[in-house]
Amino acid sequence: MIVSQQKPFEEILDYLEGEERVFILGCNGCAEASGSGGPAQVTEMQSILEENGKRVTGSMVIDFLCQKALVKSRLRPRTEQVEAADSILIMTCGLGIQAVAASVNKVCHPACDTVNMGGSRAEWKGKERCLECGECLLEYTGGICPLTACTKGLINGACGGASNGKCELDPEKDCGWELIYERLKQKNQLDKLRKFIPPKDYSKMMPSPKLMSTSLWALEQIDHEEKME
Amino acid sequence: MSLRSALESGKFAITAEVGPLKGTDVSEIEEVAELLLGRVTATNVTDQQSSVMRLGSLATCHLLKEKGLDPVFQMTCRDRNRVALQSDMLSAHVLGIENVLALTGDLPSLGDHPQAKPVYDLDSVQLLWAINRLNEGYDLVGNELQGKTNFFSGAVVTPEADTEAKLELQLIKMEKKIAVGAKFFQTQAVYDVGTFAKFMKRVEGFKVPVLAGVIPLKSVGMARFMNKNVSGVFVPEELIDKMAKAENKVATGIGIAANLIKELKDICQGVHLMAIGWEKRVPAILDAAGL
Repeated sequence: MIVSQQKPFEEILDYLEGEERVFILGCNGCAEASGSGGPAQVTEMQSILEENGKRVTGSMVIDFLCQKALVKSRLRPRTEQVEAADSILIMTCGLGIQAVAASVNKVCHPACDTVNMGGSRAEWKGKERCLECGECLLEYTGGICPLTACTKGLINGACGGASNGKCELDPEKDCGWELIYERLKQKNQLDKLRKFIPPKDYSKMMPSPKLMSTSLWALEQIDHEEKME
Repeated sequence: MSLRSALESGKFAITAEVGPLKGTDVSEIEEVAELLLGRVTATNVTDQQSSVMRLGSLATCHLLKEKGLDPVFQMTCRDRNRVALQSDMLSAHVLGIENVLALTGDLPSLGDHPQAKPVYDLDSVQLLWAINRLNEGYDLVGNELQGKTNFFSGAVVTPEADTEAKLELQLIKMEKKIAVGAKFFQTQAVYDVGTFAKFMKRVEGFKVPVLAGVIPLKSVGMARFMNKNVSGVFVPEELIDKMAKAENKVATGIGIAANLIKELKDICQGVHLMAIGWEKRVPAILDAAGL
């Protein structure tokens, strides 16, 4: 699950300056769940754009704009509408916007900002987060990740900035280290806190160059096909 | 006498904090330096205090050193990664700076550039460890240095806490800091000597000198602000009352700070004065405390 939110409308209008006709694309995946680019938002965007003097040549909501093969096959019957537009306004996450831009030879404008979820891969109710750091420290911290539970991501103990167990950044947020302390105490493992954790190898947090701009999906082969226009 | 020799010989140490201003005008710092010369053992220079961008600690330490003071180079982990931190340590050594205080550092979101990317590549414990490595002649990955450092390194601790977890976490972290090389501690501001004495009892066995933090009260508003917003600072109502009733706030503020110092003198190894704008009044506070 990738969470996105719509950009301020003024920003979107700025992008469209000097253009008259636009084609709108939404996504039935994460963007619909985020309420940033599902069918309802696409319809709303269409009427706001028209109120602001733009002509919408067509709009479409595709399941998973991040899937280039799907984008191409679904857009094929709408080629005329896409061609009639000066640009495409894409209402989804950064992956979807990039996938459409790579699939269609048209100016593509982002309509959404992708929000950092701090290590969450889902929108389930739950505080657990994983930063995929490549050097799991949960052994020492009672199963609570200090990189995500502590605002500063400290790994050798609390900073001293908490008040009544809450982080100094946000009175709603628990101090991650106080949670770790209570958890370890409950499990009779407070000695774990005495271990000195040497500096992390943050290079392990960088994605492997092999994975950086590629997808493991076999369907990517379709990339070799010519672009739609 | 340097901070190192004072603390190693068991002499009561007085450190005063100097906060660089935003900009290149150093006349204020030079003026404060003249006033502190001969009155304090060492002078701490804050590192972008409260995450507000200002003149750097390293350059300011150098200025103070030239004026004859013994500077304590404060280093936070907020703005530099391990490469820059180690490099700045080497630079500090070359400039003759002998003391360093390792801190994690406030979050950028609390300062005047909240858009900044926080670093925290190392934490304060790891920074102390890094300083120790440089003192031994090696960098963090084990490369040998051509010429090592010789820092007297310190750390901070907050002696008062509002939860059991917070106090225990502070004590455990203090021990970790000592294990990786911290030779002295400076504390968050103390107003309740009784609570501080209990803390000192608990850290007695650590055998590391502790300099109690003293922030002179300037007004009732300041006291209430700290109680509300500064973690680990608890100004008792009694002192707030005293400030409220005072006709001469400056004299009363100085008097309260001097009294605290007198009471603290017998239970710890030094005091650390954080005057926050009252740097020029530090001599008056020390006079009143009989130091």
